[in-house]
Amino acid sequence: MNLRFAIACASLLLAAFPLLAGEIPPNQRRSGYSFIAPDTKAIQDDDTANPGMLFVLDGETLWKKKIGAADKSCADCHGDAASTMKGVAARYPAFDKGLARPVNIEQRVNLCRANHQQASPLAYESHDLLALTAFVARQSRGVAISTGDDPALAPFVARGRERFMQRQGQLNLSCANCHDDNWDRKLAGSAITQAHPTGYPLYRLEWQSLGSLERRLRSCISGIRAQAYDYGAPELVELELYLMSRARGMAMETPAVRP
Amino acid sequence: MPAALVNVPPKARRGDVIEIKTLMSHIMETGYRHTAAGDVVPRDIITSFTCRYNGTEIFRADFFPAIAANPFMSFFTVAKDSGKFEFEWIGDNGFSETASAAITVE
Repeated sequence: MNLRFAIACASLLLAAFPLLAGEIPPNQRRSGYSFIAPDTKAIQDDDTANPGMLFVLDGETLWKKKIGAADKSCADCHGDAASTMKGVAARYPAFDKGLARPVNIEQRVNLCRANHQQASPLAYESHDLLALTAFVARQSRGVAISTGDDPALAPFVARGRERFMQRQGQLNLSCANCHDDNWDRKLAGSAITQAHPTGYPLYRLEWQSLGSLERRLRSCISGIRAQAYDYGAPELVELELYLMSRARGMAMETPAVRP
Repeated sequence: MPAALVNVPPKARRGDVIEIKTLMSHIMETGYRHTAAGDVVPRDIITSFTCRYNGTEIFRADFFPAIAANPFMSFFTVAKDSGKFEFEWIGDNGFSETASAAITVE
């Protein structure tokens, strides 16, 4: 038993070393913003040209709207989002004690709706959920990401990291193969980037819409021809958690604009 | 009511060339796409945008299916008098939205 445990530990350690080799040193981390064209940067930088701000505006309206059987708005509990929501998105996904697992910001909104507003949950990627999460995350613009500070999250971060390093799909690629090892190169003419989720939910010109980090992850997973996890799946949340903790210290830019 | 963003400088000197920027939320569905079942997704676009400066039309644009979602417009005019810019977007399915912005010309 003890021997077997020791062997398992040793093989885990051995397996960890080659994986560590490709990780990006903190001083070389770059936001996706630094990879995009000047024209696209100009859209993100101007709040009256950034289409993500349309969702933020809608989110502000929804924030104040009374809904559900409890007839309460987000603002009735949380007050002025500019102060109460500042920095919140920068520490999500966060550990939920009741569920004993991490929840992302979309799930937090729906938990609030279920528990406090007694309203029906909003569908993933629906306009209203994107608008609310964009509005909340917008309050954290410029705040340094601090996801993963909670020690209860450690095993989930580790699992997310494992998934990031795990080769999968018909192309047999891991996230790390592109985003740790080849981020300074291009794939079909597009920058690969380091996969730091600093600006979600963000407006992708390709999507012609705002989208969540999960949407982005799912399209990456389809890209390597693997079966994408469902929205809200614990595996996806763990991956989000790992990516956010990997970007710790970087500034939030929600709503970002990407090609 | 869909969100719109207009950017007009609040103040300008008489004779200044000023930039006006507008952003309107709209899906701009082309009418050329099909669902998985093969049905055409009906066209739903903005067809016309107008800007009036104290009642006088100074800019108009016709929109077509190739224009991206959430259309962004940027154009220039000369600041003549204090007053109001009025914007109007008209589109398919009875879409009609307005916005306005004030300017002080010194």
